[in-house]
Amino acid sequence: MDAINDETIRMLETKANRLRRHVIKMTFEAGSGHPGGSLSSADIVTALFFNFMRHRPEDPQWPDRDRFVLSKGHCAPVLYAALAESGYLPPEELLTLRKISCRLQGHPCRTKTPGVEMSTGSLGQGLSIANGMALAARLDKRDYHVYCLCGDGEMQEGQIWEAAMLAAHYKLDNITCIVDRNGLQIDGPTEKVMSLEPLADKWKGFGWNVVHCEGNDIKDVLKALAHAKVHKGGPSVIIARTVKGKGVSFMENNVAFHGKSTSREETEKALRELGEID
Amino acid sequence: MQQRKEYGRALVDLGKVREDVVVLDADLSGSTRTADFAKAYPHRFFNCGIAEANMIGTAAGLAASGKVAFASTFAVFATGRCWDQIRQSVAYPDLNVKIVATHAGISVGPDGASHQTMEDLALMRTIPNMTVVCPADGPETYKATFALVETEGPCYMRMGRSDVPVITDKDTPFQIGKGQLLRDGDDVALVGTGQMVAACLEAAEILKADGVSARVINISTIKPLDEALLVKAAKETGCIVTAEEHNRLSGLGAAVATCLVERVNVPIQIVGMDDVFGESGESDELLMKYGLTAESVVESARIAMRRRTR
Repeated sequence: MDAINDETIRMLETKANRLRRHVIKMTFEAGSGHPGGSLSSADIVTALFFNFMRHRPEDPQWPDRDRFVLSKGHCAPVLYAALAESGYLPPEELLTLRKISCRLQGHPCRTKTPGVEMSTGSLGQGLSIANGMALAARLDKRDYHVYCLCGDGEMQEGQIWEAAMLAAHYKLDNITCIVDRNGLQIDGPTEKVMSLEPLADKWKGFGWNVVHCEGNDIKDVLKALAHAKVHKGGPSVIIARTVKGKGVSFMENNVAFHGKSTSREETEKALRELGEID
Repeated sequence: MQQRKEYGRALVDLGKVREDVVVLDADLSGSTRTADFAKAYPHRFFNCGIAEANMIGTAAGLAASGKVAFASTFAVFATGRCWDQIRQSVAYPDLNVKIVATHAGISVGPDGASHQTMEDLALMRTIPNMTVVCPADGPETYKATFALVETEGPCYMRMGRSDVPVITDKDTPFQIGKGQLLRDGDDVALVGTGQMVAACLEAAEILKADGVSARVINISTIKPLDEALLVKAAKETGCIVTAEEHNRLSGLGAAVATCLVERVNVPIQIVGMDDVFGESGESDELLMKYGLTAESVVESARIAMRRRTR
């Protein structure tokens, strides 16, 4: 990991802003998609892809690469944006999101898109897969780390807790789960739809090391990632407090944009707020 | 001979020659016989507890990291409980996960309908990328276990709990995707899978006493189906009987019918479980009560021959 100095943070913030612009443009062009959660996790994804993770875009199958599993597969736009900005994909390809005969599927597809570690979209499954990858690292005596980004609503899936049990049982300290705690799911606030709190206590009860951070503050995200990574003897989870739709005033905390793209007018306004007009 | 014993033995032998083979189970390793592998290679065995969905996902993660991951539990849990995980995390990403399920079919016996899956072949064969194998006996199960490792991508293999007759030996050829002609004949073709292949052989003997020459084919791979062998049998005998320990709406019979309906116009009779749930009872009592016997195959062969017009 690079030293966290102010210049690095500024560079990463600029990058996160670029990812956000990609998300808005891609989903507008597609006419559908999930911008809200993509925006809330843009800073986390930026911290991982452009600072914290070890990976080689020119060699997507490099055996020692850190793994990133997007368990909240509907946030594919922010993953594709990060892959394009890293060099896995040509940036112009982003505008083919969700189009027929193209590589960028509505939800991540491992066999179609370079850099996508796992096909996801049916919620609750990514952490199990991350566990398998972490067990494989141990068998192969490789020191890569596995990152799994989950939505908070996703915590309602029972399989998450099956996977939580397994990671703690096998003492997988080469895995970090990050929960994008934006507080909103399709039908409304998580605490209204199906309460998650006390979420940290749940993870603790399952034997995980719990780290909290401000998930839209890149410096804080990097600090949390570092804390999680040095923890030995068991898995760590970062509960990252975020704002759904972060970065665009009328999308922030607005559940309407969970699974809806912006109109032309909204797109222009969003891009203006994000510092660019097409 | 119990097929699962041969599965357990094959895993241990595979473990010796294939360092990349890992095995997962969900608290049934004694019954599925993966415990033999666990004892031989403890560091490559992962008990996932009573959490089958997570087991399938964990297997997918191991496979995505270069392992050949066997995941075993009872067929009813492996396919029904985990269908979405298999579809989303194994088949769609086309991963090298080998789901090997024991205790399939009604021959599970006294545990009753909750544990007697007659739907697993249907659930698995409907998923793209999936290979579906249903070996006839112990020796074939041993060979099939090795063959799964040589077959890239997701595979499902099922077997029962109970003893089944041995009808092949270690020299009988076996290849995934290929059926075997076990007995030649030209009046009717009896096409079986799993332990119903033995019933087909027995039926052929009964029919022989009546002067009927029955061909017997073992379809141990339900998908991909050996279409050439089936089309040839249909053309040469003019009528087909299929036999499976599975719901007759959606397993081998349905696969064979779909294959033949577009190619050859022959009558097909399907021997299988009617579309009802089973019940407790001993294995042989249940097979008898629900018509999964050589006698049912004989009766169906006679109907098929009567329906034939040539």
